[in-house]
Amino acid sequence: MYANEQSPSATRASHVALVVVGFFVLWQAFVMAASPPEYLLPAPSAIFSELAHAPLWYTSNAMRTVGATLLGFAAALAVGCLAAVGIVYSRLLENTLYTLLVALNSVPKVALAPLFIIWMGTGLASKVAISFLIALFVIVVDTVLGLRSVDPDAVDLFRSLRGGKLQTLLWLRAPSALPHLFAGMKVAMSLALVGAIAGEFVASQAGLGYVILAAQGNFETTRVFAAIVLLGIIGTVLFFIVDFIERLVCPWHVSHRGRHHESS
Amino acid sequence: MGFATRPCSARDNFLRVEGLEKVYSSRGSPIVALKDVNLSVGAAKFVSLLGPSGCGKSTLLRCVAGLERPTAGTIALRGDAVTTPPEDMGVVFQRDVLLDWLTVIRNILLPARIRRQPLDQWRPKAERLLELIGLDGFANRFPWELSGGMRQRVAICRALLLEPALLLMDEPFGSLDAMTRDELNLELQRLWLADAKTVLFVTHSIAEAVFLSDQIIIMSRSPGRVVDVVTVDLPRPRDLAVRETQDFGTYVARIRQIFEGFGMLRGTHVRE
Repeated sequence: MYANEQSPSATRASHVALVVVGFFVLWQAFVMAASPPEYLLPAPSAIFSELAHAPLWYTSNAMRTVGATLLGFAAALAVGCLAAVGIVYSRLLENTLYTLLVALNSVPKVALAPLFIIWMGTGLASKVAISFLIALFVIVVDTVLGLRSVDPDAVDLFRSLRGGKLQTLLWLRAPSALPHLFAGMKVAMSLALVGAIAGEFVASQAGLGYVILAAQGNFETTRVFAAIVLLGIIGTVLFFIVDFIERLVCPWHVSHRGRHHESS
Repeated sequence: MGFATRPCSARDNFLRVEGLEKVYSSRGSPIVALKDVNLSVGAAKFVSLLGPSGCGKSTLLRCVAGLERPTAGTIALRGDAVTTPPEDMGVVFQRDVLLDWLTVIRNILLPARIRRQPLDQWRPKAERLLELIGLDGFANRFPWELSGGMRQRVAICRALLLEPALLLMDEPFGSLDAMTRDELNLELQRLWLADAKTVLFVTHSIAEAVFLSDQIIIMSRSPGRVVDVVTVDLPRPRDLAVRETQDFGTYVARIRQIFEGFGMLRGTHVRE
């Protein structure tokens, strides 16, 4: 009763916060009770004070990773949507590009990271490239699915109104594909972050992946955890940004879900 | 007024179907959906295609709409052969097919948008249609806020927006409950009386066909073909009470006998 008066997203956010806080409380209690050596498992309080010690340094490294993630994601989104449209409209592209993508996807893309370092150096470009490659597949597959899963009756409606191919794409297929595209974008965003970190692991002078690798070399476990906590926050925030944009862009879909939720 | 009193000799061939055949070639044996279908529909007539499921009435409608290519035969609309969807046509499908992301008014304006016509020019017409069908005040709602009957009303408005000369309706009320269906039958008649266009209406309900139509084309299946044409001469406007009159009962009985004569309605595939 009480929870129903809040908006569903607010309820969800408060539940998530409760679980996260509970997790840290249990962790803190366990460390205080069992007191394991700090290089194995530091207490949450130690991790947060580590973060508070060098906030600027952590922020600049985090921004580096976020930058690579967002650039890779944006490139994957742009190229992926274009490729999907091509695949849906061209039998040739479907047979070549789509088949190639599926084949490429079965190669673990993290294994390609060293190649990109060789080709593009240890700077930002190689991280963006890996992040792009890792995020691309899911965008293409979900957008192709979305463009194809358009209601056949609606296609008939457009045909009966003598709508052209471009009109059908822009006014029917694209909007119907949006929910699928956003589902793909949510996965792609997390994958882009994985790609950026993988690139930083292989070779870098900055970024949270670099922080983790450097700290691991010195057995500074608290610092490793600090970077992991930041990555958790970044991943969550990026996911909810996509979720928020989805609510803005396709309110019809979300409100549909909202109504079903209420009636059940 | 009875419809037979309308002068229509020269307008009898508004829509003409000759020797129409549609064969679907599937793995195994080909399926004959339509065989040697001939019919002609006069301008401004309300004509129903009535038959059990599988008799090809929807296929026939889709051929007339230019959405499906017949295997043989010709379809002519005002003398012009139909091969692609004709310009002067509106279609109402069994499902409303409203676009979820557009408001009601924008859904109705979709045909104008597709034809690249200025929307502002058609907006008053769209609003008038909404009012006529009892949905004024819903212009800026989204389809998911509407009931099934309201959605189908919007779909009818959309089909009527550009004032097509030919309106095709493929079991438009098939998924609605009986009461909503009665309501929409009345409203469809009202719209049609206000602006008589040629309507081709697919249904499997004898009562619905008799209630709405000037003429009922009766179809049978395997293969799908026209077996009879019944002209309904009941005065308009018809209200729901007409269904309890003796004349109405006579029409229904006659049509049922035609179906029974073709070995149907023993295990009722046609609703009354």
